[in-house]
Amino acid sequence: MANKNNKNAVFSVENLNLWYGDDQALYDINMDITENEVTAIIGPSGCGKSTYLKTLNRMVELVPIVRTSGQIKYRGSNIFDKSYSVEELRTKVGMVFQQPNPFPKSIYENIVYGPKIHGIKDKETLDHIVEKSLKGAALWEEVKDRLHENAYGLSGGQQQRICIARCLAIEPDVILMDEPTSALDPISTLKVEELVQELKKEYSIVIVTHNMQQAARISDKTAFFLNGELVEYSDTNTLFSTPADKRTEDYITGRFG
Amino acid sequence: MASSKDGNKNLSISERIKKNKETRKSLNIIEKIVPKLLLLCAIISVFVTVGILYTLLSETFTFFAEVSIVEFITETRWQPWQDSFGILSLVSGTLLITVIAMIVAIPIGVASAIFLSEYATDKVRRIIKPILEILAGIPTVVYGFFALTFITPVLSKIIPDLSFFNALSAGIVVGIMIVPMVASLTEDAMSSVPNHLRYGALALGATRLEVTFKVVLPAALSGIIASFALAISRAIGETMIVSIAAGATPKFTADPTQSIQTMTGYIVQVATGDAGYGTTIYYSIYAVGTTLFLFTLVMNLLAQYITRRFREEY
Repeated sequence: MANKNNKNAVFSVENLNLWYGDDQALYDINMDITENEVTAIIGPSGCGKSTYLKTLNRMVELVPIVRTSGQIKYRGSNIFDKSYSVEELRTKVGMVFQQPNPFPKSIYENIVYGPKIHGIKDKETLDHIVEKSLKGAALWEEVKDRLHENAYGLSGGQQQRICIARCLAIEPDVILMDEPTSALDPISTLKVEELVQELKKEYSIVIVTHNMQQAARISDKTAFFLNGELVEYSDTNTLFSTPADKRTEDYITGRFG
Repeated sequence: MASSKDGNKNLSISERIKKNKETRKSLNIIEKIVPKLLLLCAIISVFVTVGILYTLLSETFTFFAEVSIVEFITETRWQPWQDSFGILSLVSGTLLITVIAMIVAIPIGVASAIFLSEYATDKVRRIIKPILEILAGIPTVVYGFFALTFITPVLSKIIPDLSFFNALSAGIVVGIMIVPMVASLTEDAMSSVPNHLRYGALALGATRLEVTFKVVLPAALSGIIASFALAISRAIGETMIVSIAAGATPKFTADPTQSIQTMTGYIVQVATGDAGYGTTIYYSIYAVGTTLFLFTLVMNLLAQYITRRFREEY
């Protein structure tokens, strides 16, 4: 899979296997993720797509019984190396979750949480970060007059964009999104999708979705997972128009899943 | 019986339900009576509370007919046998014990809770929690004995002019007694903070410690403060340990090395002593009891206010 436009790979996944205890969840995944693109991961429930996504920022290790083999190289270094700092990885590889999970604090405090724990304390810079991140998440106009109100007073769609803004505040390199619109109404979904298109200019985005139309609409490349295997991975147009694998075709035409 | 069952089998389910309803009219009566019985039980506790308050207050008024309330509040000597009734001496004793107990209980209790909720594996938690609960089950008289025969001798090696009966030793042991309560309530409050908040912070590159102190503790703060308030109430009301180890010399002092007397200690001393019914000393224990009650009431109200003020809804 040569890149025509010679973009760099942010992640190179090599022979990745993953087990929850004795159950293997991922089988021998090999996959390059390209920078400044939207990479969609699709597949039926339980196919390992969320597990795979969480492996990229090692959030999967919060389940104590997880074991992995193989390598994931982020910008050339193996993230499973003992010397690799997981906090540093997560600072560069941000994540947006399925359920909006703002902190029970004000909108402002939500956005500055990341910068603050990474040592940025002066008010002027923080104010600037808040405005920039909220604009980046297309939320500034809606909330600029109530930055000090609790983020839980916002709608679900707005909360999800707060989480995106919170992620942008520490200027990551990659943003992982785990079914970010599955808990949202259609209008909020559309807003988040438009936002993803906008964000890929500056960030590399990996998005897990159970919604094939969404993958087709917003992604440049699509990976189809089934039973823990990467079945097919190619340009989104190719994958949806002329899938190489019979199982991919069955899935995208709605024959199962 | 069998034949009627067989007969019922030919009926449709809805007909059988209708039939059963008719034969179970008596159930309706139970449905009506049970809530009234439950109400009665609830009312009993209200009556008991009102009764206790009535006794407490009426005897307190009798006391204040004999001793001026101004003297009671401003006088610093409490020598009932010489007709000095200055509650400040007993209050200072109680506060001394409470402050020492909290200095011991809050750090140890909160630290244990943080470990149990954020760091311990399930296996470790299963071992430590029951041990903490055993600590909570030890009778307070044993704690009192422990203070007098173990803590006091150890302390007197460090502080040579420590009195045999002293506030420090009793306060420390009251604190130890309260640790399980603070730990367990704080752990409950922290464990009920949903994991997705922790994940949100971890995904931003926060360390475990940063997640604990900047996300979990603030989110659990209202529950934690409630646990402190309960702990303080418990320390104020603790009787047996202070009766055994803190002494019986009311003193208006902030020096923990001396023998003091708490409000509860005084009540025990008089109630088990030979002060005759109807004497001023007899009535004085009601006045002290009312003061004690006011202290815990204020504590609880304060806790409720702080809880509401600092609540982070999630």
